[in-house]
Amino acid sequence: MMRLLFALALLFSTAAFAVEPGEMLADPALEARAREVSKSLRCVVCQNETIDESNAELAKDMRLLVRRRILAGDTNAQVLHYMVQRYGDFVLLKPRFTAITALLWTGPALILILGAFGWVRVARRGTGAPPPLSAEEAAQVAALKDEPT
Amino acid sequence: MTSSRWLYLLPIAAIVFLVAMFGKRLVDVENGSDPHILPSVLLNTPVPAFSLAPLPGRPASTAKPFTTDDLKGHVTLLNVWGSWCIACLEEHPMLVEIAKEGVVPIASIDWRDTPERAQAWLAEHGDPYTEIGQDPHSATAIDLGVTGAPETFLVDAQGIIRYKQIGPITPEVWQTTLKPLIASLQK
Repeated sequence: MMRLLFALALLFSTAAFAVEPGEMLADPALEARAREVSKSLRCVVCQNETIDESNAELAKDMRLLVRRRILAGDTNAQVLHYMVQRYGDFVLLKPRFTAITALLWTGPALILILGAFGWVRVARRGTGAPPPLSAEEAAQVAALKDEPT
Repeated sequence: MTSSRWLYLLPIAAIVFLVAMFGKRLVDVENGSDPHILPSVLLNTPVPAFSLAPLPGRPASTAKPFTTDDLKGHVTLLNVWGSWCIACLEEHPMLVEIAKEGVVPIASIDWRDTPERAQAWLAEHGDPYTEIGQDPHSATAIDLGVTGAPETFLVDAQGIIRYKQIGPITPEVWQTTLKPLIASLQK
């Protein structure tokens, strides 16, 4: 029972975040936007984390910068663009859809369609009736039938 | 084979392609290419404007704000460092040597540091810098796309970033990359 509860607790645990109370904006709507933007930005130090999660000092400075930009009136898109201007596309966690990344974005769907196509073909053909025997094979069967096993 | 059979070769071709790509990257990393390094998007663009408080306790000529204007008129190495940064300590003797060579001035940004700690660190390890600006909250570091310390920018006489060294400047980097580039920019 305890193990089941423990497993359930783990299943529903959420990711940690590194935002300290001192960083948060007073306006909850703006703070929510800041969190949303932070979750789309990659920490350039710990590169598998968002700046929202990362404990790196630079991540903290970037979180504060995001909040300053939002207070200065930037939209979410403008704040993201501000960061991309300085760090490049890699700082976005969701790669932009460009000619280069098109295959990355559409690849899984394409493979799924290809696989579905292949599956339908195989399913439709099915086992079916085997082709008729050739003369040589018919003679072999006849010979086998005549011999008692 | 019928045309539909060729279609079933596609997944195999895709796998072969992927394995080749992964293999190439593995070989690159083995040969020293660091997958964590973010290439600079600011190459061949002007240094983002900044005006930083100078580190106190240095020659009177540096007791004014360190700004982007100070980078114009000559080729400069702009080094981002901090007294907390171990790799900067590794790099520092190299910077002291470069300063002695007199080929190029080294200005710097003291990143996320306090004046007291920075002054103590420089007193102990040497001060090769012409200018030192303080950036306690990463404002300028982020404008420069800094991801860690030490990072060094090679800025030409017009204030354009021509090269970014991520990580310490080793003797090899100095001799084979930076020095020739500086020479060509100084012509």
